[in-house]
Amino acid sequence: MNPMTTEFVRNQWYVAAYGHEIGRELFARTILGEPLVFYRSEAGEIVALADRCVHRRYPLSQSRLEGDTIVCGYHGFTYDTGGACVFVPGQARIPRTARVPAYPVVERDSFVWVWIGDRDRADESLIPRAPWLADPRYTTVSGMEPLAARYLLLVDNLLDLSHETYLHGGYIGTPEVASTPITTEVDEDNRIVYVSRRMADAACPPFYAKSTGIEGRITRWQDIEYHPPCLYLLHSRVAPVGVLPDVDGADPHGFHVEVVYAITPETAHSTHDFWAVARDFALDDQEVSDFLRQSNHTVVLQDVEALDILERVIASEPDGYQELSINIDTGGLAARRMLRKMMTAAPEPVAAAT
Amino acid sequence: MTGAVTLGAVYRIEWQPGTDVLIGTCHCGAVHESEDPVEMWDWLLAHPIGHG
Repeated sequence: MNPMTTEFVRNQWYVAAYGHEIGRELFARTILGEPLVFYRSEAGEIVALADRCVHRRYPLSQSRLEGDTIVCGYHGFTYDTGGACVFVPGQARIPRTARVPAYPVVERDSFVWVWIGDRDRADESLIPRAPWLADPRYTTVSGMEPLAARYLLLVDNLLDLSHETYLHGGYIGTPEVASTPITTEVDEDNRIVYVSRRMADAACPPFYAKSTGIEGRITRWQDIEYHPPCLYLLHSRVAPVGVLPDVDGADPHGFHVEVVYAITPETAHSTHDFWAVARDFALDDQEVSDFLRQSNHTVVLQDVEALDILERVIASEPDGYQELSINIDTGGLAARRMLRKMMTAAPEPVAAAT
Repeated sequence: MTGAVTLGAVYRIEWQPGTDVLIGTCHCGAVHESEDPVEMWDWLLAHPIGHG
């Protein structure tokens, strides 16, 4: 099979939105090709329903909320928070099949997670964590960019950070990123791919120089932890060159940035690219927040531009294109293989790593 | 590697600094050298075939 062939991994949790995006307005978002409508009940609970009225398919997101029910904007079919129809126009009898699917939803770590698959397999304990995003000891900037490219391209992009040197020079890329060997680990049972790149003596890119105030060269660690299919964590540590954590693990002189991506397929050829940058320094410095938000947004847009180009290339190429993989791709190959396995095999629940 | 708790079968590939050589270690302890990550994954995932 072509490694870029897009299939979805179902029976998984996906990030559908940030919690702050969902309120008392109806909110539409398509996840794995399934149009969903989200809203918050009067009690503050998030509701996710299929975004098609069972009657004539009218999008419920184009309708209106009345209390905790949605009243279809076309003929008035009315649905409760569980998707059951509680009113149809002009008649007393509500057909037994008058309901829309309701999706399990969990709000966690500032994200809204939705389960796509068999409802009875939705287990909250399977949701991987990104605790920094809702931790007062960190300050976070975040956003979401629509990507007109299949999600596998974003997985490839994030698992191989050597591209920072070439695509993100002047922001986060320096020569040392591409030239430093990586270590890759795959934890089969917990379904995690780790890729580690430890730069002992590297130039400090503007992203870190301006936010930390470090002048001169740095020791820079990039430790990736990918929980397929959706959550990607980059544990980034920078410090003046040669400054390492204490032997007991304390790290008072290191600057820590937790870069989080949620990779959520919208369709077979488009992706919701959620990104967040959490830091444990300059917590109340608005200038640093503004700078990191703008810088990371620029970096994300550079990726979006490149991946949108690649999507068009792949979509128009004949079958049988033979890629070439080299050492920098070791982690990306591992991620692809794990995703392929999850696509083709009936996935068994696994314990979420903490 | 990152301090996370790992409980299950772990494959590890280290890229030897200063070389193009990858050193792969299977969860069974078998070790393999390669300069091709595709070949390396094929070998690791073939466990136990060729793992001594």
